[in-house]
Amino acid sequence: MSAASVHSAIEPAETPLTPESWGKLGMWIFLAGDAVGFGTLLAGYGAMRATSADWPSPYEVLGINLTALMTFLLICSSVTMVKGLEWLGKGDRSKCKMFLFLTALGGAIFVSLQAYEWTHLIHRGLHINGNPWGASLFGTTFFLVTGFHGLHVTGGVIYLLAILRYVANRPEPRASYNAVEIVGLYWHFVDLVWIMVFTFMYLI
Amino acid sequence: MASAEHKHPNYMAIFWYLAILTVVEIAVIYAPLAKLTIGVLLCALALGKAVLVAMYFMHLRFETRTLGMVAITPLAIATLLVFLLLPDGFAVAKRTTGAKAAVSAPAKP
Repeated sequence: MSAASVHSAIEPAETPLTPESWGKLGMWIFLAGDAVGFGTLLAGYGAMRATSADWPSPYEVLGINLTALMTFLLICSSVTMVKGLEWLGKGDRSKCKMFLFLTALGGAIFVSLQAYEWTHLIHRGLHINGNPWGASLFGTTFFLVTGFHGLHVTGGVIYLLAILRYVANRPEPRASYNAVEIVGLYWHFVDLVWIMVFTFMYLI
Repeated sequence: MASAEHKHPNYMAIFWYLAILTVVEIAVIYAPLAKLTIGVLLCALALGKAVLVAMYFMHLRFETRTLGMVAITPLAIATLLVFLLLPDGFAVAKRTTGAKAAVSAPAKP
């Protein structure tokens, strides 16, 4: 059994785009597709808003104090994510696990705050099919877009916890570097999308 | 085995850039500027933040150029979609101003 055949059992061939692994290319292509999904939602939102005569002013109705805090929280969780990867690269598994856990915790708090925000807004009359402030599509698009993003965060928290277990179970810390880098790509993408959602659905 | 670990950029610096840009975004919506100016500024700031996240947190800066093309394709598609949807907005705006003119005209005589 030569070294080459052992290697080929792991990676049949190298991708020229991401020489480290096919998994990374797979995640990038998935994210590009997902980004088209979000892009379509936001473009559709813009079109409906532009053609509406009585669209409410988002930041007056929704309030941005809590959401600004949520944005900050997601940025922080992106930092703990890269720190986790950095420590794993240095071979420190326990620091990596701690930072991965903090990242998942940040995501969980984000989703909880979103649930709190939704409950509050629903009590004030913002519904998916109507609201007291104007165009009913305002509520529809709000719940659809922030909900779609919230689902991504929820999925990300589960994904992070699964990778945390994976890191803990590898015999050697470096063996999980690629998997952690890939979950990081997903997590930063969720952060990136929130930057867009926050800007288009709350601020503008 | 190629455990190709990237050079890690200064993540804390990126964090501070992102935090400051967020504060600027919130300041901009209260700035005494025209609505269009505020909108354009907010889009530019959001795009700047997104670029920082993609380039440094997602390490796109250290990847091959072709992967960058893969990453930027959705932005191109979304921008195209916005231009495809624009005529609809113009049509409604025209109809609304037309209707307003029709309403105000008979009130004059």
